[in-house]
Amino acid sequence: MSRGNILAGLLTVVALGACVAVYLHGANIPVLQPHGPVARGELWVMTVTLLLCAVVVIPVFVMLFSFAWMFRADRPRSRRWHMPDWDHYSVEMELIWWIVPSIIIAILSVIAWRSSHQYDPYRALGRGAPLEIQVVALDWKWLFIYPQQGIASVNMVEFPENVPVRFVLTADAPMNSFWIPSLGGQIMVMPGMTTQLNLLANDRGTYTGLSGNLSGRGFAGMTFAAQSVTQAEFDQWVASIHDTSLPLDSTSYKLLAKPSENDPVAFYAPVDSALYGQIVMKSMMPEHEMMQGMMQMPNGMMMNESSMP
Amino acid sequence: MSWSLIFGSLTWSVFPHNPIALFGAAVVVLGTIGAAWALSYLGLWRVLWREWFTSLDPKRIGVMYLIVASTMLVRGGIDALLMRAQQATSVGASQGILTAEHFQQIFSAHGSIMIFFVAMGMMFGIINLIVPLQIGARDVAFPFLNSVSFWLFAAGAILINVSLVLGDFSAAGWLSYPPLSELAYSPTSGVDYWIWSLQIGGIGSLLSGINFLVTIIKMRCTGMTYMRMPMFVWTVLGAMALVVFAFPILTATLALLSLDRTLGMHFFTAGGGGNMMMYVNLIWAWGHPEVYILILPAFGIFSEVVPVFSAKKLAGYTSMVLSVVGIVFLSFTVWLHHFFTMGAGANVNAVFGIMTAVIAIPTGVKIFNWLFTMYRGRIRFEAPIQWFMGFVVLFTLGGVAGVLLAEPPADYQLHNSLFLVAHFHTMIVSGVLFGYFAGIVYWFPKIFGFTLDRVLGRRAFWLWLVGFVLAFGPLYILGFMGATRRIDHYAASTGFQPLFLVAGVGALLIAGGFAFQIAQLVRSIRQRELHRDTTGDPWDGHTLEWSIPSPAPFYNFAVLPIVHARDAFWAMKRGRVPYQTHGFEDIRLPKNSALGILIAGFVLVLGFAVVWHIWWLALAGVVGAISVIVMRTFDEDTEYTIPASEVMRHDASVRHGIHTI
Repeated sequence: MSRGNILAGLLTVVALGACVAVYLHGANIPVLQPHGPVARGELWVMTVTLLLCAVVVIPVFVMLFSFAWMFRADRPRSRRWHMPDWDHYSVEMELIWWIVPSIIIAILSVIAWRSSHQYDPYRALGRGAPLEIQVVALDWKWLFIYPQQGIASVNMVEFPENVPVRFVLTADAPMNSFWIPSLGGQIMVMPGMTTQLNLLANDRGTYTGLSGNLSGRGFAGMTFAAQSVTQAEFDQWVASIHDTSLPLDSTSYKLLAKPSENDPVAFYAPVDSALYGQIVMKSMMPEHEMMQGMMQMPNGMMMNESSMP
Repeated sequence: MSWSLIFGSLTWSVFPHNPIALFGAAVVVLGTIGAAWALSYLGLWRVLWREWFTSLDPKRIGVMYLIVASTMLVRGGIDALLMRAQQATSVGASQGILTAEHFQQIFSAHGSIMIFFVAMGMMFGIINLIVPLQIGARDVAFPFLNSVSFWLFAAGAILINVSLVLGDFSAAGWLSYPPLSELAYSPTSGVDYWIWSLQIGGIGSLLSGINFLVTIIKMRCTGMTYMRMPMFVWTVLGAMALVVFAFPILTATLALLSLDRTLGMHFFTAGGGGNMMMYVNLIWAWGHPEVYILILPAFGIFSEVVPVFSAKKLAGYTSMVLSVVGIVFLSFTVWLHHFFTMGAGANVNAVFGIMTAVIAIPTGVKIFNWLFTMYRGRIRFEAPIQWFMGFVVLFTLGGVAGVLLAEPPADYQLHNSLFLVAHFHTMIVSGVLFGYFAGIVYWFPKIFGFTLDRVLGRRAFWLWLVGFVLAFGPLYILGFMGATRRIDHYAASTGFQPLFLVAGVGALLIAGGFAFQIAQLVRSIRQRELHRDTTGDPWDGHTLEWSIPSPAPFYNFAVLPIVHARDAFWAMKRGRVPYQTHGFEDIRLPKNSALGILIAGFVLVLGFAVVWHIWWLALAGVVGAISVIVMRTFDEDTEYTIPASEVMRHDASVRHGIHTI
């Protein structure tokens, strides 16, 4: 390792860093450009964690390169400095290597505990009643059911800005994961089970929604548009779907649920209010029993139960 | 008799159809035929069979592990290049070079192969080569079991490659989460290939784990107390304890999944009372310790090479031991962090997040101790130290990414993204693989009698390092951009493509790095007389393996050493403690046996037969394997003796410029 080599190495790193910076300037990086309190909080957790880790990482890098440089064998002084048996510094010093990282991890643990509760996907956002949207992952598309509005949409979800949205999710297909990076982190969806994700958009805009977990052939095409609009635009949108769409009941759902790839956006209205519950219960019992069972159940019971407390 | 009774579900349609898959099949078939022909032409079959395939010498078995693992590294590497090519080109209107299903098979195979047959293979290879030498033993505790383990590992590797020729491979990811991996969604035999190749290889690993655990506990030479063991042996002890506790979980989980698929049961299915979350928990209850099974020996290798090339004792030996033991226990308490997003409550997620962060403490302590080993040393920048420095830089950064992922709310935004993929590749490539490479360069002369070429090794290192940064740096950024893992196609508007192209260039550089390693090996073999290690101790080593001639004789130690200090051989060289002066004695060693390869052969037949539902053949496999095992138990003449005089004569012939004992 000569001085020239080190200089060349440093220059390369700087040049690479500059290229990355130029490239990323103006790029769309949703996780780093949050549009809602959840994504913002999650980014905050990342930032704090990163800074705390730097307390350990920077000394490690400084020590690695300076020790490598100072104590290289071809340096004349190295013979004089050499202490081959120095293997055990004082207990106090050794304790430092245990205690410093431990303190950082202790701080991180507090953050982990508090933030896990604060950004618990099941935790309701804000005081007002949330807009509930039922989500069904299908092969290979997303079905969104609005139980309060009686409409449904495929591969597109719309909600008013600054209104808490409660996604209640299941799958009628292999396990998947529901993710709108601009608004906040993901939750898994599984057949026969219900999970929840509470999100809120502060800004109007169209955000990309993703399918996170491999679910088979068409999974890469399972993206959807998540649109945050004004309340008036949202109401208008709901009304227009009621005017123009076909109903979604168990028959049309069966057609929809057939595997298909890269599906265009589609709308349904009105929607059978028991449909979501039927989908969740589908794998629990044979179909004829299910229909009987569902009739005896109080309406909406499924939706308020989560598979994991 | 009907077709299906004889051939199960095998039909003519199982041969690959599309050109790339056909090419893969052709490579496997022609490669096998070519290799077989070359061996016949050179007349090597007899030598191979007598000296290698039937050998119970852990050094021979170790070399065979490394050869299989390197071959599988090529296979997994080609898979990686195909994935990079697909993701770099499949944007917007272009569908890339692969179909979605083929792409999914390729990444499933890549992950399974790299973990089970490359990383595990290299690990067991190095352990076989070095652990008996470092503890002053002539063999492992159960030499025949060792052969069975290796051949089961090889059988698993063969079965996973058979899927290139007959049928398809799993397209459900390297851990095959149900219900995607269940019959309802994966009706072909692909997932069965996955189950059975991992099951067979995994049982081999479990048996090896037991073997080396007992070897380290029972076979250490006189005077080698636990606190005098070389750090590599300590880490292997930890890793093997993990193998013994973790691999049975894998075996059981795979067995349950295969019962679902083969006999129509409902352990993990979507309906019928199955619970897919149970599978995810079980597979990671094995999967997380597995990460530490792989990384601990790499830590051990660094703990050997840093002191040797710094001409110093390892700093903080006791701390290092404590951190190994700590990691072993903690590694069983964090598995849930692989699925924070599954919807567990905040308390559960927080506890597992905290436990995950806690593991960073012993790991950090290790890094500080390596750095303070360099402090006031005389550092020689040989290849192992290069790999070490590359490891510290990348592994520390990857570790930070890991701490980020350990915070559940951060994980919600990063899970299933390419950030995660970049993180675990940083840990496994720059942690595990760099460590094993350092170990291979370091111990190569002890096994083969000559050192590896420096110039080509240096080029290989820089290509790996730069290639790695280019291949995985962009993936971290892509994760923030919302690129999920395993996508075979994406929209042009995402802006992913330039980063995928850079990652592709990085992958090519890594391939170049591997090519230089092959070239290094070839050149070193051709110029072996130049690089001959006549002293047995080319690096001024600290531990017992350097006290014997290179290459290590088949009986390892002509006279079993007596250890008086940590860094036993260094202490002897520096006159701190006396050399061993006892006389020669008769040595008993195990005879070669063909039964290990035979057992694995029958198990391979069993695996293949179950994949294709050929029940008569499966039965033949089971009966065959059990018969051979029973046969072995009746064989009482399994050892031979080398008389003391013969040991003395052989020792004199291989000992030239070596310290006399």
